[in-house]
This record gives sequence, structure tokens and C-alpha cells, in this order.
Amino acid sequence: MISSWPLLSVITFLPLTGVLFLMLIRGNEEAIAANSRLVALWVSGFTFVLSLYLYVGFDPEMMGYQFEERADWITGSGISYHLGIDGISMPFILLATFLTPLSILASWKSITHRVRDYMIAFLVLEVMMVGMFASLDMLMFYLFFEGVLIPMFIIIGVWGGAERVYAAFKFFLYTLLGSVLMLVCMLVMYQMAGTTDIPALAAFAFSPEIQFWLFLGFFASFAVKVPMWPVHTWLPDAHVQAPTAGSMILAGVLLKMGGYGFLRFSLPMFPDASEYFAPFIFVLSIVAVIYTSLVALAQSDMKKLIAYSSVAHMGFVTIGIFTLTEQGIAGAMFQMISHGLVSAALFFCVGVVYDRLHTREISAYGGVVDAMPRYAAFFMFMMLASVGLPGTSGFVGEMLVLVGAWEASHWVAILAATGLILGACYMLWLYRRVVFGRAEKPEILEMVALDRREVMIFVPLTILVLWFGIYPATLLDVMAYTVSDIMANVASDLSIQTVMR
Amino acid sequence: MFYQAIVFLPLLGAIAAGLFSLRQQNSAAIAVSVSGVVISFVLSLFAFAHVAMGGNTEIVSVARWINSGTFEANWQLRFDTLTAVMLIVVTGVSSCVHIYSVGYMHHDKAIARFMAYLSLFTFAMLMLVTADNLVQLFFGWEGVGVASYLLIGFWYHKESAHTAAMKAFVVNRVGDFGFVLGILAIFTLTASVSFDAIFADTASYQNAVITFSGISLPALEVVSILLFIGAMGKSAQLGLHTWLPDAMEGPTPVSALIHAATMVTAGVFLVCRMSPVIEYAPVALDVITIVGASTAIFAATVGMTQFDIKRVIAYSTCSQLGYMFFAAGVSAYPAAMFHLTTHAFFKALLFLGAGSVIHALSDEQDLRNMGGIWRKVPVTYTMMWVGSLALAGFPFFAGFYSKDMILEAAYGAHTSVGMLAFWLGCAAALLTAFYSWRLLILAFHGQPRASAEVMSHVHESPNVMTLPLIPLALGAIFAGWAGYELFVGHDMAVFWGDSIFILPTHTAMEAAHHVPLWVKLLPIVLATSGVLGAYIAYVKMPHLPGKIASACGGFYDFLFNKWYFDELYDRIFVRPAVVFGGWLWRRGDKGTIDYFGPDGLSALVGRLSARLVHIQTGYVYHYAFAMMIGVVVLLSWYFSGFGR
Repeated sequence: MISSWPLLSVITFLPLTGVLFLMLIRGNEEAIAANSRLVALWVSGFTFVLSLYLYVGFDPEMMGYQFEERADWITGSGISYHLGIDGISMPFILLATFLTPLSILASWKSITHRVRDYMIAFLVLEVMMVGMFASLDMLMFYLFFEGVLIPMFIIIGVWGGAERVYAAFKFFLYTLLGSVLMLVCMLVMYQMAGTTDIPALAAFAFSPEIQFWLFLGFFASFAVKVPMWPVHTWLPDAHVQAPTAGSMILAGVLLKMGGYGFLRFSLPMFPDASEYFAPFIFVLSIVAVIYTSLVALAQSDMKKLIAYSSVAHMGFVTIGIFTLTEQGIAGAMFQMISHGLVSAALFFCVGVVYDRLHTREISAYGGVVDAMPRYAAFFMFMMLASVGLPGTSGFVGEMLVLVGAWEASHWVAILAATGLILGACYMLWLYRRVVFGRAEKPEILEMVALDRREVMIFVPLTILVLWFGIYPATLLDVMAYTVSDIMANVASDLSIQTVMR
Repeated sequence: MFYQAIVFLPLLGAIAAGLFSLRQQNSAAIAVSVSGVVISFVLSLFAFAHVAMGGNTEIVSVARWINSGTFEANWQLRFDTLTAVMLIVVTGVSSCVHIYSVGYMHHDKAIARFMAYLSLFTFAMLMLVTADNLVQLFFGWEGVGVASYLLIGFWYHKESAHTAAMKAFVVNRVGDFGFVLGILAIFTLTASVSFDAIFADTASYQNAVITFSGISLPALEVVSILLFIGAMGKSAQLGLHTWLPDAMEGPTPVSALIHAATMVTAGVFLVCRMSPVIEYAPVALDVITIVGASTAIFAATVGMTQFDIKRVIAYSTCSQLGYMFFAAGVSAYPAAMFHLTTHAFFKALLFLGAGSVIHALSDEQDLRNMGGIWRKVPVTYTMMWVGSLALAGFPFFAGFYSKDMILEAAYGAHTSVGMLAFWLGCAAALLTAFYSWRLLILAFHGQPRASAEVMSHVHESPNVMTLPLIPLALGAIFAGWAGYELFVGHDMAVFWGDSIFILPTHTAMEAAHHVPLWVKLLPIVLATSGVLGAYIAYVKMPHLPGKIASACGGFYDFLFNKWYFDELYDRIFVRPAVVFGGWLWRRGDKGTIDYFGPDGLSALVGRLSARLVHIQTGYVYHYAFAMMIGVVVLLSWYFSGFGR
């Protein structure tokens, strides 16, 4: 039976078989490129189908971890090979396995040189992403967490735009700083608790003084990934230089590593510090929402604009997590999944017109709707999802985050809600300048309409964004137990501390 | 299924029409969208009979929606009298407009898309009025906003059209900001967003407070004002009204349906729906009264000076919405709903009539280029007369019953803000009659001012456009007379049932029936003087308006430029936001964070590793390598004795 398989390991490492196949392909350049695309698509597609079983077989009313696998790694050291999923990691695994084949499809025509290497990078990236979300051992988590960056560096550095080196470098500098601090904290935790097992660490009571420093160490790493203001400046450059599919994965999955980290480590392991630092994080997040929205207004590059909007949307996520309320955390989770789908689609929207006109300058466009009516419709839908229209997934997350935020502090909710207005300003303005108007330039009129491959990428994204907006229970139900579990732990820990004081 | 069908048939129509539009099957798209809405209207009549006349309240569960912890908002439809009235208005006017559009948009290649949008709008509006909780109401609220955005910008080639569309969306978002916060506040207060739960025991929250930075404010006041900010955006009240005149860029049927009869009245509906909460918020009621009354007079003054036929009617809509709000503000919710209903008929009629004029004059909208066509378009001319008589409130037309009721209720409230609203409302009534007849005279009478070319094409609209005007005209004539007893007369209490709540101490509705005779007569006198004034100014002494305008100079410019709201907002909000955003980007992101962060470091690293600079992709591997070294060093450090 399938349930007796080490399913998580299979899903995690399945893309490696694709890498193997890719290395075996022989023939001329053309054949290698064509076959590489097919192999990568099939392998990642199969991985996605397999990962669906994680949703189907997941018992939302079961406490703790499911599909657990454990094997001793270094005997007696407390370090083990430990995989498992709960309500907060499972949706992310599906997000990653869902977006990977779509990104591969998105690079079908735009990547023409070193296709095989490119596909290998994507499959390795998938292994790292899924492995990171499935890890229940801190050391494994760290390896995957940092490992994700290597294929992403390569994707930006080799297939990126003109200033790819600067962008990759900036990305690296930020990340390195955070990683080193996080690693130091992990070592301290191992030394104190004698294990790297995440569930065991979550149950271990670190003293509030230690929590304070550990929290900061992890925060340094996660804040860069989210990214939170003011360590966000790598994101616009990385996006602008990355190829379309790289942006889709970067915005779709990699930005969620920070939020996931907060939920997996910071809240359960350092509840006192999380509460202590919550106001500080609110401030940074609100600055992110307002500041980056205003900066987005000033952009003339489509990708930069959407990159800045990502920072603003992720501001909602960090607010939601640190409200330490059930609605806030569930909303943050939902917002992350929703943003994963919507931002991937928006970056693809940019990629579609970039493939045709080879510029991302907003002013180069105008009147695209005449040449590409279906594209205009998909773009419109995703633009509205991005501004949180009810009935799309974007609304559910924002609404729940605001409910939590209002409970935590009225001012946080009020200031965050200004994002609703500013978000509408920059997104509608972008859409208007690109899509509406009369197409006067001949090259715009000659743009070819969406082909079948592009429609095949938009359609599943559109369906999911709509479905999650109309029936969010699909996601909320599987997360509910884990979210209330995190909440209960934080609450009980805090109440114990209060009693002790 | 019956109740679901009312709401979801227009959605099916919209989806089907949208799919047909992809294949350019226009007639199929028209057929599905029109039949969806018309069937929905017929079903609504039955629903009205059962719910409003029969005194039943129906709650229909559809599906779960957002459930997280104690927060619960489900897809659930609510049919009470308030909903039933709105159902008739929405599906009725929508049916007329759908049919009218078949003729009006006949030449447009994108007619299928147009019909799909119209049906989508109708669906969203129905979701709004049937919502059983505030979050679903917000779904409809935003849905109509998007439909309005799509329809204003329908002719997306026109710069002015998509600018107006965006403006409408963004200004509405400002209102939504208040709405969302209102939902949050009400949820913390009552632990629910469902109407039944919120209204179950509103009185017990009278002493509850909401604290902002140490300042405690009465919770119900805060909730009411926040929700009212939302209503102001949607219903174009003073301050958030700037989008409505610009929205006239949309095709005229859109103006009739969305920007006159239905969507813009959503704010009034919201206030009436929330009456069990707002009744306990006296300050909020006063705010609503003052804002409503100010809007009524403001929009009327601007309406006098405009030359675009649709903008005149748009300002008139704005002004009439002000009446509805101050009626609600003095706790005369039934009067507000009554005026909402009659207004839907005569304002849709006026807009569709104006559309017919525009159509006849080859898309001319400027009153200065019209005139002398009344013999050539007799049906349209008659319809415009009916609409204007109803709008100005001449006896036995619909507006006579509803507008007088509002003014009498304002007088009957016996409060200072009530009196303020009464006098501003009377002044606005005078101006209303004046600008209505100014419009009639300029558009239809006098010497033709259009070119001979255009005049030779002037023709009455086809039947498909004139027939839908007939039910609207009948409504404009008889709706007031027919609805009086039910809406605001003897049967009022039974008719509205639990759907509207009025505190027993708020007696404006009752007092309205016992006002002095002069209060009852004054509106008619004022309306007549308004008409006479217009007659004198535009027929007898056609040079007078120009003289008055130049004599008033600055004041006229002030009115003509709509009190300079647009210029003001542009200076305070729009331009500074863009400039400030650019400044943050250059000085903040690039000038500070990058300068001292990665760029500073990179310059440092660059100097240290100058040899590797030329290896192009070497950077990447180099850093990955450096990271690995870091890991190794740290691990070694650890195992070499740290912590032992």
C-alpha cells in the first residue's frame, strides 16, 4: 500500500531521478534542449501528482505530524533523518510541487542556451524546497534552507539579465549574514537541548533570556527571506535580473521560507521572545506595507513594481504571524499561499509581454489589450486578486490578518489597512498603463496573442486563486488544528511564565 | 433553489455571455444575459410577495466560506423586506437596462462583453442586498465596485474612460478602508459578523468602548461612523463624491443602472441594514444627517452650472443620495428606502432618456450643442418630462411622495441638525427644479445649436430602446402613490417588520405625518419657482445666465469647477504620494539602505577579492563556497570544545 511507503522521501527526492535522466541525455544541442524540457516537465509533473496524496491522505483532525519518517543519522547524537508534515508545511509542499512544473513550462521558449543545466537547477531547487518544508530535524532544515539558495543563485547568475551578478551578489550578502547568525543559534540550541529534533526542541523550555538572543539570530535569517523592511532591497534586483520562471519560484515559494521559519521555530520555541518582539515586528511590517507601496508607485519597471508589491504583501504576513491570534496566523498562512499563486502569475504576466517586446519598461507598453485580449483578462484577474478582491484568495488572507491585527492593536490594523488603498493605486495604475489605452506603436499591435502553452499556465493558477477565494475551507481546514496547536503552546507557555513571575 | 436562482441566474448569464464573447457570438450572449436577469426579476416578484407582503424572513444557506477559530462568515442569503425591496429595484431596473442596451450598444463590436459585465454587476449587487453577514455584504460591495470599474472603462481606448475607472475604484477603496475597519470593530464587539447575532442584543453594547492609544470612544459610535465612511464612498457623499461625475465616461446604460439606480444606493441600504446598531449611535446619526444634507446642497449647486448632460444628472444623483442619507440620519429609514425606490425609477428613466438624446445627436453630450429637437424625438421628450417632474417632486409624481416625506421627517425630527437638513433640503429642492428644467430647455427647445449634418440625422430611438422606458416611466409616475402606505404610511410597521429598527424615542417618522401645512406646501412652491426661474433664465431672457455668471465671477468659477475638489485632492494626495514614493526609493532604498548595506560591503569585498572580479559566474560559486567554509569553521569551532 502507498501508505507504507516513505512517501515524503519519495516526493522530496523524486526530482533527482530527473536530474539523472537529464545527465544521460545524448545528442546534438537541439535534441538535448528539447528532451531536457520534456524530462523536467514530466518528472516535476509526476512529483506534483504524487504530492497530491499528501493532501488526500492528510487527516486534518489529527494532532502532531503525519507521514512521519525517522532514521538515526549520527547515532547517539540526537541528530536524525526526520521528515513529517503538519497543517502548516503540507500546503507549502503542494505550492512548491505545483509551481515547479508551471515554471518549467514558463521557460519553455524563453530559455535557449544551456537548457539542460537550467532544468537540472530547477529540479534540484525543487528537492531543496520540498525537503526544507518536510524536515523535522533542525540540521536537515538548515541544509535544505541554505541549499535552496545555490540553484537560485545559479539561475539568476547564469540565465539572468544584464546586471545579474550585482543582483546575485546582493542576494547573497543579505542571506549570508542571516544564515551565519541562525547557525550560531542552532548550535547553541543543540548544546542546550542535546537534540536537533524540531518537535523535541519545540517542547524544550528555553529560558526567556536565552530566547531573546535565539529569537534575534533566527530573525536575522528569516527577516531577509520574507523580506522585511529594511532588508528587502535584494528582492527587486533579484527579481528584475532573474528569468521569468526564477521570479515565479522566488516570489512563489522562496519568500515563504521566512514566514514558515517564524511559524516552525520562532513561535513554538521562543514564545516569550515572540511576544516581546511583536511590537517591533509590527513596526517593521507597517513600514513595509506603506513604504514599499509608495515606492512601488514610483517604479517604471514592471518587475520592480511587482517585487515591491510583494514586500508590502509579505508585511501583512509578518503582522498576522505576530498577532499571536488564531485568525492572524491562519490569515498569514493563507496570505502566503495566495501570494505564492498570485505573484507567480503576475511575474508570468510580465514574462509573457517581455518575451514579445523584450522590455520591462511600463512606458513601452499601452494598449496591449487590442493585440492580446485573453492576456488582458488573466492579468486583470490576477491584478484584482493582488489587491485583495473578495472572491479571490487574496481577500481571505488579508481579512483574517486584519481581524487578528485589530485584536492585537487597533492601530496596527488601521495602518495596515491603508495597504488596501495603496495596493489598489499602484496595481490599477500599472494595469492601466500597460493594458489600456490605444495601441499606437506598431510593435504593440503586432504582439501575438497567448498561445496554448501560456494559457495552460494561467488557467490552473486562475482556477486555484478563484477556488481558494470562494471556498477557502480547502486550506483553512487543514491548517486549523496546527494553527490552534501553535497558539495553545504559545499561550500556555506565556501563562506559565506569568505565573512564575 | 428558488431563492438561489434569483441571485445566481445573473451570474450564470454573465459567465455564459463572457464565454460567448470569446467566440464573438453576440446574439447568444445577449440572449443568455437578458433572459438571466429577466427571469431573476420575475422570481423576485414572487419573493417580494412572499417575504415583504407575507411578512416572512427566509435564510438560505449556500456554503461555508471563511471559518477560522471564532471568526465565521458563510455564504448565506437573507431575504427580508429590506432585501425584497432592493431585489425589485435591482432586477427591475437591470432588466430594463439590459434590454435598452441591446439597442444602445448595437453598433459596438464588444456588445457581448458589455452584456456579460452588466449581468456580473447584477449578480454582485444581488449578493450585496441578500447578504446575511457583513463580510458577504462586503463581497457584493467590492463586486459591484469591480463591475463598475470594468464598465466605466469599457471604452478602454479613451484615456478619460480608464482614468475615470481607476479613480472610481481608488476613491471607493478609501471608503472600503472604513468599511473593513468597521467589520473588524463589530467583530471584536459582538464576536460575530452575522446580522442576527450582531442585532440580537445591540442595546447591551451601549456602554462598550473602543480604546485608541488610551482614548476610549463609544464602540457603537465608532462602528457606525466607520461603516458610514464605507457608505460615503459607494454613495458618492461629499468628500468621496469625486468619482461619480467622472464615472459618466461609461456607456449611458451603465450610468442609469449603476451610477443612478442601484450601486450608488448601496450605501443607503447599508445604513438601513445596520439601523439596529446605528440607532444607538446618536453622534453617528448626526454626522450622517449633516453629511447627507451638505451633499444634497453641494451637488445641486454644481449641477446648475454643468454643461455635460450626463454630468448634470450625475450631480443630481449625488444630491438625491444626500436626501436619502439625511433621512436615515433622522431615523426615517423607511423614508430613505422609499426615496431610494422611487429615485431608481425616475433617475434611470432620466439617464436612459439622456442616452436616447445622445444617441439621436450622434454622441453629442454638451448641452450647448443641443436644442430644437423636441419635435423629432417625441417619446424621449415625453419621458424626460416625466422623469423631471418626478425628480422635482411635482404633485402625484413619485418624487413628490418620497422627497416630501424626507423633508417632513427632517422637520419632524425637531432637532437642530434635523432643521439644518430641512432647510438645506428645501434649498436643494429649488435648485433641483431649476437645473432639471435648464436641462430640458437647453436639450430640447430653442434654436438647434448642433450642425446641420448632425441635425439631419436626429431620429427617435428604436423600440428596443424606447420600450424599456415605459415601465420606468410608469414607476416614475405611480411608484410614490402606490408605495406610500406600505413604505411610510399606515402599513409601515407591518411591512418593514424586523428588517428596520427604530428606537421608540426617535419619532421623526411619526412626526412627519403631523407637520404644519406650510412645511408640506413649501417644497411644491420651491419646485415651481425653480421651474419658473429656469423658464425665465433660458427662454425669456437667454442672456441672463451669462450675465449672472460673469457678475458672480469667482463664485461661478467655484461652482463650475465643482468646488475645486479634484484639484485639491490632486495637490494633497495624488501628486505628493508619487513624489514621496520616488523620494523614498532614491533616498531610502538606494541612498541609505543599499549605500550602507550591500553596496558598501560589496565595495569592501570587491577591494579584497579584486582577482576574482573578472570571472563572470565565478561570483556565484565563490559565495556558495564561502558559505560552506563558514559552516565548516563554525562546526569545527563547536566540536573543538565549545560547551564542554
